[in-house]
Amino acid sequence: MLDSSLQGGFSNPPVQSAQAFRAALSAMARPGRIETLGGATAPAPTSAAAATLLLTLCDQETPLFLGGAYDTLAMRDWISFHIGAPIVEAGFAQYALGTWADLSQATLPTGISDYPDRSATLIVEMDTLAATGARLTGPGIEVEAHLNLPEIKAFQANRALFPLGLDFYFTAGPHLAGLPRSSIVAEL
Amino acid sequence: MYVAVKGGERAIDNAHDWLAEERRGDPEVAELSLAQIREQMALAIHRVMAEGSLYDPDLAALAIKQSRGDLIEAIFLIRAYRTTLPRIGYSDPVETGSMICDRRISATFKDAPGGQVLGPTFDYTHRLLDFKLMADGEAPVADSAEPQTENIPRITDFLNRDGLIQTETPSDATPPDMTREPMEYPANRALRLQALTRGDEGFVLGMAYSTQRGYGRNHPFVGELRIGKVQVEMEIPELGFAIKIGEVTLTECETVNQFTGSKTEPPQFTRGYGLVFGQSERKAISMALVDRALRWKELGEDNMGAPAQDEEFVLSHSDNIQATGFLEHIKLPHYVDFQSELELIRKLRAEAMAATQKEAAE
Amino acid sequence: MSDYNFAYLDEQTKRMIRRAILKGVAIPGYQVPFASREMPMPYGWGTGGVQVTAACLTPDDTLKVIDQGADDTTNAVSIRKFFENTAQVDVTECTQEASVIQTRHRIPEEPLTEDQILVYQVPIPEPLRFLEPRETETRKMHALEEYGLMHVKLYEDIARHGHIATSYAYPVKVEDRYVMDPSPIPKFDNPRLESAAIQLFGAGREQRIYAVPPYTKVVSLDFEDHPFEQMKAEQDCDLCGAGHTYLDEVIVNDQGGRMFVCSDTNYCATRCDAGHRGRLSPEEDAA
Repeated sequence: MLDSSLQGGFSNPPVQSAQAFRAALSAMARPGRIETLGGATAPAPTSAAAATLLLTLCDQETPLFLGGAYDTLAMRDWISFHIGAPIVEAGFAQYALGTWADLSQATLPTGISDYPDRSATLIVEMDTLAATGARLTGPGIEVEAHLNLPEIKAFQANRALFPLGLDFYFTAGPHLAGLPRSSIVAEL
Repeated sequence: MYVAVKGGERAIDNAHDWLAEERRGDPEVAELSLAQIREQMALAIHRVMAEGSLYDPDLAALAIKQSRGDLIEAIFLIRAYRTTLPRIGYSDPVETGSMICDRRISATFKDAPGGQVLGPTFDYTHRLLDFKLMADGEAPVADSAEPQTENIPRITDFLNRDGLIQTETPSDATPPDMTREPMEYPANRALRLQALTRGDEGFVLGMAYSTQRGYGRNHPFVGELRIGKVQVEMEIPELGFAIKIGEVTLTECETVNQFTGSKTEPPQFTRGYGLVFGQSERKAISMALVDRALRWKELGEDNMGAPAQDEEFVLSHSDNIQATGFLEHIKLPHYVDFQSELELIRKLRAEAMAATQKEAAE
Repeated sequence: MSDYNFAYLDEQTKRMIRRAILKGVAIPGYQVPFASREMPMPYGWGTGGVQVTAACLTPDDTLKVIDQGADDTTNAVSIRKFFENTAQVDVTECTQEASVIQTRHRIPEEPLTEDQILVYQVPIPEPLRFLEPRETETRKMHALEEYGLMHVKLYEDIARHGHIATSYAYPVKVEDRYVMDPSPIPKFDNPRLESAAIQLFGAGREQRIYAVPPYTKVVSLDFEDHPFEQMKAEQDCDLCGAGHTYLDEVIVNDQGGRMFVCSDTNYCATRCDAGHRGRLSPEEDAA
């Protein structure tokens, strides 16, 4: 194990994870709203926001899929030390981390009709987050919101599965936005 | 003039102080020590450990003392404490075959290897109040024998050898943990047994009794009942082998039940199983009967519609901490809901009255 | 209580609850199973709400706890004290000052804002439970969106009484998909389930968490010829004069005398402080 794997956790887990959760809750409850969070540092190329989300939501009970450039020895060591989540194939994942190019190719669980909650939450790493681009409506949004989603069609197809489907976090540096399966996505 | 009810906080503090005083009782009377409770109220300790799902006689004694002898309250204290404990690891399955038995009886055979060992049982005591205990609780020293050194074979193994009883297939699958995962129906047998072993003794007893009286009857015999100590071992990954971390007293009951058979399988006896912390054979036997009743589907029996055959009914209502909490919550204020019912019933009555008057006038 | 973790629950338990909350938010009105823990208060007394609140609180929060709309009912006092001790958060009785509000049986009169979280204590989360006691069956009904039984029940009420005879815990349909139990709030409160705040529902004994995100469509079940109607006592509040709030009826003497007062005690007190007067307001104050 690399020494650097031991670094990058929370200094005050109960408080930092509570604050990070509130950002995550706000993001998922208000799709498109950009929140800021931090406190954790994972090996490159993982953003601070993604590292903090992983540390806040994942543990031994949450199988995790690492996409493309995120599936490195350093990252596996970091996860093993700080989180303990089993690294799994996409089909068994409860959480997934990667770029849109990585994750849009993966087949992740969308839940079953008796238990639509048994579906994956994706953490999609982005270069930037901005309140421009795709138009979002639905729960959590008073009139409409905008977010620079990496594409439109995949999210429309995901909405068509409702109440099944995937839920998304988009992360860039210390920034975070959410897109639950309930959001209706349209071209601007 | 009406003043809104205030002072909830002071009322609560005062109630707690009063409760503490009542718990102690007359200060002229010597206070109970935890050791006294642990040693002399051992079966209460065992029940609290079994239904509290935590094997710690000293904490159980504390809980009984704190709860003024209300065992469900004591079980609640233990459960609430238990949830705050970190999971350091999981033990290996205990091997009850190598139990050092204080008691071991079989109702299905007159004698069997290992013998019939009555042990410290209330059976065959005449239930006469022993007024001597009022003045003097000293007990005579009982005769002792050499402790058992060999494993005592299981009665059901004798039956199994000849294929007379259904074989339980061993499994290395990790059983679900009902304290860490939400209950999900249908439940597998491991989950059902977990729920039953921590279920309320009275509830499980009542369910078992109902099967004996015909609500899902399955003709049980106590194949074997054993009570004693077993070792608890845990794998230490760094060591690469299991080490003993302690021992617990358990009561195990295996029932031999009415045979089943089908066109493809010749008739065989079937099994029910009970395993409980401590010395608690009423609970272990009850558990075995209910376990057997709940197995109707896998054994190809008819659903008689008996309560004890109904997995959701039994498992959803067996936990006395859930039951007592929800039952007693109706003591909490409900005046907002009640007000909405009042308004509704006034409205419905006014309308009904108006309709009657209108009819009378016409 | 200092030996316990911040907000009492251990971090692993909080993560488990937080994951359930987020799935609940993503699937509005759907009951997410969660491995509810035994809490140091009895099941049925708010353990679900307490676990949800514990998973949400940060040290920067200001917490309000109400039961029946009142801050000083004994169980509200007990829960507020629990979080004061275990999470060292600020507490308040003022609805606007609170960032997290835990409630039993009421939605505050004051409209909630985007910065607030309302946590409901839920006794029986399954709206179909009294029509079908089996979890295995109700789960199928939700999966298939098979809510006919509920409509039949409501219609039978109308046939017998001329009205839907459900006055609290009145079922709603969330975002045109899941039928949801709003917890035993009076149906007077149902229209306020469409809110700017995040609403989270916790049922500890029944091991379920569900959610209504801000601005989510929440429709009380009804029929075209029998539309949903709000209901309250016809009187005005005898203390603050409000005619638009949900009222408690208080018996004041043994001749059957009674008065009506706002169930939301903070709302009522705020109105009284602002100079509003009701039928039984003290004379000297009114002058």
